[in-house]
Amino acid sequence: MIQTKNLVKELVDKHGCSRNNLLPILQGVVADENYLTEKAMVEVAKALDLSSAEVYGTASFYSYLFTKPVGKNVIRVCKTISCKMSGKQKIVQAIEKLLKIKMGETTRDKQFTLIESNCLGWCHKGPVMLVNDDVYSEITPEKAIDIIRDLDPKHLTDF
Amino acid sequence: MSIINLTIDNKKVSIEKGQTILDAAKKVNVRIPTLCHHEDLCVAGNCRVCVVEVEGSKTLSASCAVPAEDGMVVKTNTPKVRNARKDIVALLVSEHNTQCTTCYRSMNCELQALSAEYNIDNNRYLSVLKPNIEIDRSSWSIEKDDSKCVRCQRCVRTCAELQHVNALTVSGKGKDMKISTFMDLPLNEAICTNCGQCVIHCPTGALTERRYFDRVWEAIGNEKKHVVINTAPSVRVAIGEMLGYPVGSRVTGKMVTSLKRLGVDSVLDTDFSADLTIVEEGYELLQRLRKALVENDTSIKLPMITSCSPGWVKFIEHIFPEHLGHLSTCKSPQQMFGALSKTYYAEKKGIDPKDIVSISIMPCAAKKFEANRPEMNDSGYRDIDAGLTTRELGHMINQAGLNFAELEDSEFDSIMGESTGAGAIFGATGGVMEAALRTAYELVTGRDVPFDNLNILPVRGMEGIKEAAIKLENCLPDWSFLEGVELKVAVAHGLINARKIMDQVAAGKSPYHFIEVMACPGGCIGGGGQPIPTNDEIRKKRAEAIYEEDMNMPVRKSHKNPEIIKIYKEFLKEPLGEVSHRLLHTSYKKRNHY
Repeated sequence: MIQTKNLVKELVDKHGCSRNNLLPILQGVVADENYLTEKAMVEVAKALDLSSAEVYGTASFYSYLFTKPVGKNVIRVCKTISCKMSGKQKIVQAIEKLLKIKMGETTRDKQFTLIESNCLGWCHKGPVMLVNDDVYSEITPEKAIDIIRDLDPKHLTDF
Repeated sequence: MSIINLTIDNKKVSIEKGQTILDAAKKVNVRIPTLCHHEDLCVAGNCRVCVVEVEGSKTLSASCAVPAEDGMVVKTNTPKVRNARKDIVALLVSEHNTQCTTCYRSMNCELQALSAEYNIDNNRYLSVLKPNIEIDRSSWSIEKDDSKCVRCQRCVRTCAELQHVNALTVSGKGKDMKISTFMDLPLNEAICTNCGQCVIHCPTGALTERRYFDRVWEAIGNEKKHVVINTAPSVRVAIGEMLGYPVGSRVTGKMVTSLKRLGVDSVLDTDFSADLTIVEEGYELLQRLRKALVENDTSIKLPMITSCSPGWVKFIEHIFPEHLGHLSTCKSPQQMFGALSKTYYAEKKGIDPKDIVSISIMPCAAKKFEANRPEMNDSGYRDIDAGLTTRELGHMINQAGLNFAELEDSEFDSIMGESTGAGAIFGATGGVMEAALRTAYELVTGRDVPFDNLNILPVRGMEGIKEAAIKLENCLPDWSFLEGVELKVAVAHGLINARKIMDQVAAGKSPYHFIEVMACPGGCIGGGGQPIPTNDEIRKKRAEAIYEEDMNMPVRKSHKNPEIIKIYKEFLKEPLGEVSHRLLHTSYKKRNHY
């Protein structure tokens, strides 16, 4: 709690406390705490003198700002048409099987969240997957599994 | 400002640059249908219902958002336009809960009217209404049913622009976009003042007041119960709008008759308790001034601020919890009435207070919350059993099958039915201030307030914040400490203006002694419980009617109300006395700011 408060204070000192600075501050909180807790949004609202609803409304608009808990690593598989045609569904199935979660869910150990994303702009090299901030193109189910195992070797066996 | 000329449906229009095509069309009586547009609010341009053809433009233009330009040729009713509008409305309907027969807003719904006008048949698009949308009935005042929401965002704009509360926001995007509170909390947990402005700006039945009229019918039908109703000053100048009268009609006498016909045992007047509020509040102000100026009591908070508007009270409890000491401790007229109906009234009429059902008819959504505040039981019972809106009363009158226009006029019952012009003007912004000054000035100086016909014009009108100053001279001996003092007052309406006034108070820079705040734009005549639509023009007409009501009253000063004089003699003994403190005054609580 105090940590969140200090984090918000730091971010406000860095970016400023006007309405325009809301997004970088929210991004900063997500970078540090993975998602926006209710407390964090209230702290941001206080610091910027906005209503907490306004902060929530802005945050919930952006798919890269989470307002619900997510895993340490966020895997986004592009859902748009060219990736779909080049085999996105097989990638998704492989990841679901490996992590024992369905699309949109988070592993019980809170290490991974699997979601779909809109176009990542790599249509010529689909299917594409974004893991945290890194793009992986022309992936196969095997490649996808390797990428995940590199992040967390615990998921070594099941495939 | 430069003037531009354009043509709309072959009619020539001249209009100031900067105005929209829609503004220009209105000027030449060309009606363009709208949905997300509202006169009170900024342009949103999200529903596209108002599209028109502009010569030379490939696409249709949203007339509410596109500025008129010199030489423009606009067509508002071509086949292309009509087809587009029909499609747009049909798509909105495809996402809408079309159970109109069960909807409270049926026959007063803008989407329903548009669907009828464009003859939308249900086969055009499949219904894609999301299943299992739950209605939020957590609040005492407001119900939110997302299945009827068209996402025009009028409520969000209202809450931001008129009230600066921002309880409502748009969350998510695309198909998941919805109107939401913080974290989608139920309304009773949100930082919401219950003012109901979102309700009167909602085009559909997505936001409505919580209805209590079935409870009232039950009470009326129960012979053991004695039903007492008090009607607020601004109801009588607005209820006619629901019953076939033009805006601004005063229908006081017919309203009283209709309530008697509904079977109410006693039809009484909130104006009476408004007069009582003025006397209590006037004395409270003078007492605060004495303590601050003579006794140098630093615990006394000035300016004193009115507390009649429950939306405003909840606003200050949330947003300025450190400054509750500025609020007058007087209950609102509704709650004073409630407390007295189960004590003084019960005693005089020889009725057991447990058998009294005390109902109020209010222009307000927040009054429902106020009636349910846990502390509002000083009579030993729930002081007010149900608070109804003007709209709910309109429904009851229609349900009873009364032909309102043919009803004769009748007078309020007694006791607690007599009132003054000062009580009547409570309904308009500045009215409480004007009434208070009429009384306070006379108490202090023994003379009439120095304005023509007692009409204190500087505090009237629709300006967001109004100011006035009155010099107190030749004071009576009791009040000699006020000799030469210039009493400074301010009036704010709409919570966005209340916030400006409070920022000044919080900074310790408020130059005033006394401030009136009303949560709703225009005061109660523009309240969240008033007939829909409500806009600036309508608010002005209702306010004019209220001032007419005042001018037609034989007594126009609260302290001269014979029943007020009587209740002090027989029951309350003195203003701010022991009985008053127990029944007519209250305290406030700090709430979450964020």
